[in-house]
Amino acid sequence: MRLKGQTWEFTSRPTLLAGATVVGPEEGLGPLFGDFDYIYDNIEINEKTWEKAERKLLEQASQLAVVKAELTKEQIQFFVGGDLMNQIISSTFAARKLGVPYLGVFGACSTSMESLALAALLVDTGAAECVLAGTASHNCTAEKQFRYPTEYGSQKPPTAQYTVTGSGCGVVGKGGSGPAIARATIGRVMDLGIKDPFNMGAAMAPAAADTIEAHFRDTGLTPGYYDLVVTGDLASVGLPIARELLQKAEVAMNETEFNDCGLLVFDIQKQTYVKAGGSGCGCSAVVTYGHLLKRLINKELKKVLVVATGALLSPLSYQQGESIPCIAHAVALEMEG
Amino acid sequence: MPASTKNKGAKFSLDTLTHQEYKNIAQKHEPTRSIFKNCVLAFLIGGGICFIGQAIQLGFMTWFDMSVKEAGSPTVAVLIIISVILTCLGVYDKIAQVAGAGTAVPVTGFANSMCSAALEHKAEGYVLGVGANMFKLAGSVIVFGTVAAFFVGLVYAILGLEGVHHP
Repeated sequence: MRLKGQTWEFTSRPTLLAGATVVGPEEGLGPLFGDFDYIYDNIEINEKTWEKAERKLLEQASQLAVVKAELTKEQIQFFVGGDLMNQIISSTFAARKLGVPYLGVFGACSTSMESLALAALLVDTGAAECVLAGTASHNCTAEKQFRYPTEYGSQKPPTAQYTVTGSGCGVVGKGGSGPAIARATIGRVMDLGIKDPFNMGAAMAPAAADTIEAHFRDTGLTPGYYDLVVTGDLASVGLPIARELLQKAEVAMNETEFNDCGLLVFDIQKQTYVKAGGSGCGCSAVVTYGHLLKRLINKELKKVLVVATGALLSPLSYQQGESIPCIAHAVALEMEG
Repeated sequence: MPASTKNKGAKFSLDTLTHQEYKNIAQKHEPTRSIFKNCVLAFLIGGGICFIGQAIQLGFMTWFDMSVKEAGSPTVAVLIIISVILTCLGVYDKIAQVAGAGTAVPVTGFANSMCSAALEHKAEGYVLGVGANMFKLAGSVIVFGTVAAFFVGLVYAILGLEGVHHP
């Protein structure tokens, strides 16, 4: 590993051996339905509580990822995971079932790439040979914890986003035929004073722009190097803001396709209840380990930069009038040949 | 280029962007909220709920031989039950997304706030879940309703007006 600024250049180029995704019914109605491994037809995920449902998504995706990597649980040396619940309980309970050494991380919705970057670092530095990274979110657990009871009749503004019900997990190792994890940029906490928890896109856009700018500054690459740069969950409000900020910072995002997982996972014209688009830990995770991984393996895409964005607020912090601190972590996936 | 002139240059940086400058950028991309449309929908749906309430009240007066005052309480009870059923069926929040204040202001909104909280926290048991959380949202309505009533009472007392007590 070579460190440049805030970017890790993985010299041994660890491989994303396999990825697995399990999603809920609304994601199954979205345009990416063909890219997911398992789609539940009920939001309860056949469980009695929302929390159990979220946990089940992560348990199933993590086990499926190990199977798809043609490994056994015993060959996984570490599980790096996190989620949105208080004390990251969903990951902890999933880790209990997996029974492998566990590193719990919290980066809100950026957990998907935070965990993948750490997994790649462990493999690249020789601290491990096989690491599982993953995260999950559930629309109703997020609503219950951060907003109102799910059946409460509150009107959501058009800037609001819809938490993705789903889990995405990936196995990082050496060799294999999957895409290489070439580099990762660890973000700084950015807070430009947005206080509205129903406008996460605007809150997180500066964090995404900062990490993207840092990534190209550290690596000396230009946006045109990538076939696709995707942010985690900026959705229809945050993505244009990030685009404007990057344009002002003279980062030529027009050289590449610049999109957002929150806009890919749902059809915001048809699925109008999602408002501005998808969000949550599961958003960038299911898009990366489902859709993007598939397109990389099929060689429709060769180089992709995933910039997962996270709003690091708590229900308490915004009730006390604090603004929303945000972060973004970027991971570059490259398919050889 | 010397550092001093570099700093004076117009180069954009996220670190020097002020909250106000950022707010201006962010606001440009925010979709507009149609206040007029929301008001009209709230009026129509809220008015519709009141219309239904009125019809129920008239029903009690016509078929159960009640006076206007007597019909009041059972009317509210019927509206609450309808609201609770719609909440349990997962319909109320969908109507509310369109109606806004139209479904929040009438008594049905109060019933929905209690029922939704009770449903949501059933997972934590009847005492720590349902019991402790049922008034999570409705609690403020009761607290500030009581506070408002106190001040109205105070105004009445100061002006020397005697409140009329309905037994």
